[in-house]
Amino acid sequence: MPAHAFFFYIFSLIAIVSAIMVTASKNTVHSVFFLILDFISISCLFILIGAEFLGMIMLIVYVGAVAVLFLFVVMMLNVAQQKNQWFGAASGGKHIPVGMIVSLIIFFELLIVIGGLKLKPDLSNDFINLSTTNITNTHSIGNVLYTDYIHLFQLSGMILLVAMIGAIVLTFRQRSGLKRQSYIRQISREKNDGVELVNVKNKEGVKIDV
Amino acid sequence: MFDIGIGHYLTLGAVIFTIGVVGIFLNRKNVIVILMSIELILLAVNINLVSFSIFLNDLSGQIFTLFILTVAAAEAAIGLAIIVVYYRNSGTIRVEEIDNLKG
Repeated sequence: MPAHAFFFYIFSLIAIVSAIMVTASKNTVHSVFFLILDFISISCLFILIGAEFLGMIMLIVYVGAVAVLFLFVVMMLNVAQQKNQWFGAASGGKHIPVGMIVSLIIFFELLIVIGGLKLKPDLSNDFINLSTTNITNTHSIGNVLYTDYIHLFQLSGMILLVAMIGAIVLTFRQRSGLKRQSYIRQISREKNDGVELVNVKNKEGVKIDV
Repeated sequence: MFDIGIGHYLTLGAVIFTIGVVGIFLNRKNVIVILMSIELILLAVNINLVSFSIFLNDLSGQIFTLFILTVAAAEAAIGLAIIVVYYRNSGTIRVEEIDNLKG
């Protein structure tokens, strides 16, 4: 399938280049934009391989929610103008070579594992085309998700609830000196509290204590 | 070369995973870029799960990708909230200046 290979190489090239640019970009806003590009190209790969539902969900969740959240925080905290510097440029670059070596070892270990996959005989090397069957990808995911994995599904809803409450509690701030409207105090206010009749003597003022 | 197998997708996942790890090691700008690197790592894991799910014709990988997506969204929200609170308290989120624990 030359067309599949062509699109795979294009999207994966875009994904890798934008992933490099996320970490290497000078400006944090540019990093967020490259992160969005990375998510979009990976979701294109998912749609290409036959997992349409996950590709679309990825677009909605990552690009629509997470990346926009990152963008909001970057713009709110005014860190976009901080210039990115690498550790090697200034002092204290001792752990850079160690980090690079560890990353390279991780990469080559992953490559060795991928190479070893070919030794496993019952792994088919070309993907089963799910579109030949009548049932769509979304339909089959729904069939499994709401029956076999219903407890995990509800648990993930609880995780989202806890995350929402946690984010609100963390960022909530009670400001002092802020005048708010209090309905209880307004309604329960009596005439005697608000109005006071004072006998004013002639040619004398009246002193009002508030 | 023109026959795209599972190895191609797994290699792409390995490359993006490594880029995420290198991004955590290498930057000292602010914590937001580290959070983005963590998102890249989770994305690489998702690529691996989806490709195995397709090539083995088993839907469990895609289901677990959904759950990873959920946890990643929750983690991003909580992490960004912590960053906002820290910035409000200390005025900076540069990695080299966050050393209160003297680690």
